[in-house]
Amino acid sequence: MQNLLLFIRKHWFVVLFLLLETGSLMLVANSYSYHRSLAFNTVNDFTGGIFSTVSNITDYLVLKEANESLLEKNAALLNEQQNSFLITDTGFAYKDTLYKYISAHVVSISVNHPSNFIMINKGSLHGVKKEMGVISNQGVAGIVIGVSKHYSLVMSLLHHNTRISGRIKKNNFLVNIIWDTDDYRFGNILDVPSHVELYPGDTIVTSGKSMIFPEGLIIGFVESSTENSNVDFKKGILKFATNFKSLQDVYVIENLMKEEQQNLLKQSNE
Amino acid sequence: MNSRVVKNSIRFVLLVLLQVLFFSNMHLWGYVTLYPYLLFLLLLRVDINKTNLLLLGFFTGLVIDFFQNTMGMQAAASTLLVFARPAVLNFYFKKVEFAPREEPGISKLGFTGFLKYAFTLVFIHNIFLFFLEVFSLADFFATIERALLNSVVTLILIMILEMLFSRKKKGL
Repeated sequence: MQNLLLFIRKHWFVVLFLLLETGSLMLVANSYSYHRSLAFNTVNDFTGGIFSTVSNITDYLVLKEANESLLEKNAALLNEQQNSFLITDTGFAYKDTLYKYISAHVVSISVNHPSNFIMINKGSLHGVKKEMGVISNQGVAGIVIGVSKHYSLVMSLLHHNTRISGRIKKNNFLVNIIWDTDDYRFGNILDVPSHVELYPGDTIVTSGKSMIFPEGLIIGFVESSTENSNVDFKKGILKFATNFKSLQDVYVIENLMKEEQQNLLKQSNE
Repeated sequence: MNSRVVKNSIRFVLLVLLQVLFFSNMHLWGYVTLYPYLLFLLLLRVDINKTNLLLLGFFTGLVIDFFQNTMGMQAAASTLLVFARPAVLNFYFKKVEFAPREEPGISKLGFTGFLKYAFTLVFIHNIFLFFLEVFSLADFFATIERALLNSVVTLILIMILEMLFSRKKKGL
């Protein structure tokens, strides 16, 4: 025992180094799993406060573009108000709100790490909860994974754990979208049945199967497709509709029927 | 309060703010990210207590991580940097006599001296960080190349900042 203490004392510099290094690597490992990053909440009002002060100033520099994209969004909303309503049966004409949108402002964002996050200035006070979907004016942006009082942390599509269920708009085939951590503009389309043709420019939209995003939101457009090495499925490259590098305003989507849907699933599991 | 502590604290706050508000969000050519906050760790005085040196390295990295949401990555890399620091100083400047509490800046080591000292440590930090980020040895040489380019560009910024810092010192 005494020898051990003596050894530690003699090599204290190395021992402390190894301790600190282990500690930081454990932090890294923790943030590497989707479910742990849900539990491991790194949002806080202090860093959020500093970021939003700076964002307040820099926002003035891009007012014009912000205005333009808001106008575009308004026009789009006027065109397609229908899809945020639940219509169970056209004969019954039972109309109820299914999705609620909370507008939010981006206070910090990264695009060059293997796991990228967006911090937004709405939190639990405004009704944001974990696992809500986040969209931009152009398309899908990410999923909320952490919430504090005034801020939320969003796992962007540019995260190695993100996997979004999508659909090829023209023929309704289901596909999966992931990001291979390379370029912030492009993602990968997986599980495309090999008999389905993918052409550059085809639109990929959300499938609405995940309880997070409503159906039919644009994820991106097909850039190219690789010829199948696998017999059953082929892959493709997707250009994200959202430009993460210039992201400023986003909407958080609340699925008002989520609890009901989840309870139903739970019942069937029991 | 010791004026050195005040000076170091001001330098710490300045460099950290510069890092997290500006340089962490700026990616030259899409993938080069500058880490000027390393200058704080490079300029700690030579005869600093080794325990304090390691703890400062760790917590500085952790603060950057906190803002960037890269939990642990910067902490791991900057801990390695301060761990290597005494050895690197000893390797290059065995014959140089340091006065008590002296900082290993340009005014002491000279331009080329500081350049090779800073480059070695920044490169150690960058290469560890990049391998931690990609978490594989698959593109071994591509990763090394990226780390090298990143260190060179970071080094240019660090040299400019250090020249500004040391000029101010002479003026005082």
